[in-house]
Amino acid sequence: MLLAMLILVPLAMAGIALVVPSDAWRPWLLPLAAAIHLGLVGLAIFAPELAGNTLSLRPWFELDALGKLFLAYLSVLFLICMLYAPGYLALRGERSNRVFCANLLVALSAMTLMILSQHLGLMWVAMEATTLATGPLLYFNHNPKSLEATWKYLLIGSVGIALALLGTFFLAYSAVRVGLESSLFFPELVLVAGKLSPSWLRAAFVLLFVGYGTKMGLAPMHTWKPDAYGEAPGLVGALLAGGVTSCAFLAILRVYQICSLSSAAGSARGMMWVIGLLSMAVAAVFMVRQRDFKRMLAYSSVEHMGILVLGVAIGGIGVYGALLHLINNGLTKSVLFLSAGNIHRAYGSKSIDKVHGAIGLLPLSGTLFLAGWLAITGSPPFGPFLSEFTIVNAAFSTGQYPTAGLFLVLLAAIFIGMGTTVLAVVQGPSPELASPDVSGDAKFRDGMRTGLPIILAMALVLLLGLYIPPQLDTMIRDAAAMLEVAK
Amino acid sequence: MGQFVDLIVILALALNFVALAVSRVRTLIHAVAVQGIILGLLPIVMHGPGIHEILLSVGTVLIKGIVIPNLLFHALREVNIQREIKPLVNFIASLVLGAIGTGLAIMFSGALPLAAEHSGLLLVPASLATVLTGFLILTTRQKAIVLVLGYLILENGIFMFGLLLLEAMPVLVEAGVLLDLFTAVFVMGIIIHHINRAFDSLSTEHLAELKE
Repeated sequence: MLLAMLILVPLAMAGIALVVPSDAWRPWLLPLAAAIHLGLVGLAIFAPELAGNTLSLRPWFELDALGKLFLAYLSVLFLICMLYAPGYLALRGERSNRVFCANLLVALSAMTLMILSQHLGLMWVAMEATTLATGPLLYFNHNPKSLEATWKYLLIGSVGIALALLGTFFLAYSAVRVGLESSLFFPELVLVAGKLSPSWLRAAFVLLFVGYGTKMGLAPMHTWKPDAYGEAPGLVGALLAGGVTSCAFLAILRVYQICSLSSAAGSARGMMWVIGLLSMAVAAVFMVRQRDFKRMLAYSSVEHMGILVLGVAIGGIGVYGALLHLINNGLTKSVLFLSAGNIHRAYGSKSIDKVHGAIGLLPLSGTLFLAGWLAITGSPPFGPFLSEFTIVNAAFSTGQYPTAGLFLVLLAAIFIGMGTTVLAVVQGPSPELASPDVSGDAKFRDGMRTGLPIILAMALVLLLGLYIPPQLDTMIRDAAAMLEVAK
Repeated sequence: MGQFVDLIVILALALNFVALAVSRVRTLIHAVAVQGIILGLLPIVMHGPGIHEILLSVGTVLIKGIVIPNLLFHALREVNIQREIKPLVNFIASLVLGAIGTGLAIMFSGALPLAAEHSGLLLVPASLATVLTGFLILTTRQKAIVLVLGYLILENGIFMFGLLLLEAMPVLVEAGVLLDLFTAVFVMGIIIHHINRAFDSLSTEHLAELKE
């Protein structure tokens, strides 16, 4: 019942958003829906006895350890973005936000469905639904560039995820091949993982990893990402970089869980290792002298998706590090995308040729953008430092010295590459508001409504760097235990 | 019965080559629609007329054979484009590549051992060949509407493989897959409409402003 509500409440609110006539009032449905969602998630995780202990609607849905972690994280991230939404949409009074609001809520419902599903086919349906619900969000600005970005996002995303469907079928066939009953339920597949046909299972992992990896934006399947994140409103960028990509990561983890119990474990880890490091390297190359600060954030997302799969490939405590990094990255990305969105709004440009001195013009957004950069590149005392350190530590303690070395070199390169662009944005003389350099919304100033949600996210990033609450620690440990390889 | 299945599969393969060879978008839509319809018959032909099979067949024929082609014809009328004139690889070369891809698919499926009850079936190599054909169209054509058709061919190939696994895919999930496919084409159709309005053309070569 509780699980059904988690999926149906946002969907119902989306329906309400479609019929509310006022563009001014409709956006307030977003934080309301997000708060209800977070409340329900909290109830499901911390007080299941109040909800009648029904954390599963067998055999389709179950809130397992991985699901708890991802759902709790998604719900918090979504609430932060939705707190920002009314302030942002109030600035965009010139166009209707009916479809925008409804699609955001449908996306929340689809992502929740995805996290709860225990059936590979159903999970696929939910993931594709997420793509389709978020596609129109990219087109909110209605200009040729955002059109191009939306088209690439939809086409590349749909083709990638079609490959994941073929991989899903291959996985089911790996059971048929050895005479087992075909099933696509995770718990059943995990039980028989050791008996599955190795060649079909390996082929299945390749297709599923490439397919869901496309949605995650891992290199070399990342080509849609700079365009989509560059053109999307900051709010949508934060949600894609933190939410949708995380769901795709969960899909890969669930498939990896099956592979890790079979003879395909080694090749799966090898592939994740290669793609993880490649993503970091590609991001490092394209971040150097990147003049568009929103595209820079997209490459940063490519990098951190690479770090996530690399952490899992390294194994051991690296899995814990990757799951912690998922949260740190998502929250920091919301700081960066939302503050970048504010800067973009004020200057009317996202190129460092025009944008400089942001810290003077927008003291709050400029400072948060700078702090977000320090955090995302792994500077202490912020959260990402801790999770990246855990991953490096895992590599050293298991004797994977070359991996650790490459990881650190790439992190350093990215720190410098990203820093050049970020410092160009925040430093320098602030332009006069009336000057021709500032072609954006001349009335835009840092305010509570577009500032507080970012401060909240930044505070969480700082908190996670200083102190990990024991409840969160337990959740991550339980989730990592599902992926632990018995050696 | 097995011969009838093989006949349908060979027809579907032949339609791949039709899709690679034609330049008229209208003919291409017809080819993809016919492929969708004959593949939609396969669940009943292969597994007998159970409720699951009938629902899947009817749903597939309805969505792939009627609803989606009509959506695309509607889009075509609106945008007034008849031909793919500038493919990145010309039609003869596309056919040759398609033939090579089909050969590779047969070789590749030879490397993946099939279960005893499926050995000798044409379905698996044909499925992979169709997936590759879809990819070929997606990578060598420029008109947005043709790319959508390439995506549909790719999906047809995946559908063929899925026929070996009917018992693992519950009706509701099958319905979800079809619904997603319909929504994807619908949303892409809307975007195509906007592309046409913004650029006065349906070619994705105009969509090349975003790059490094």
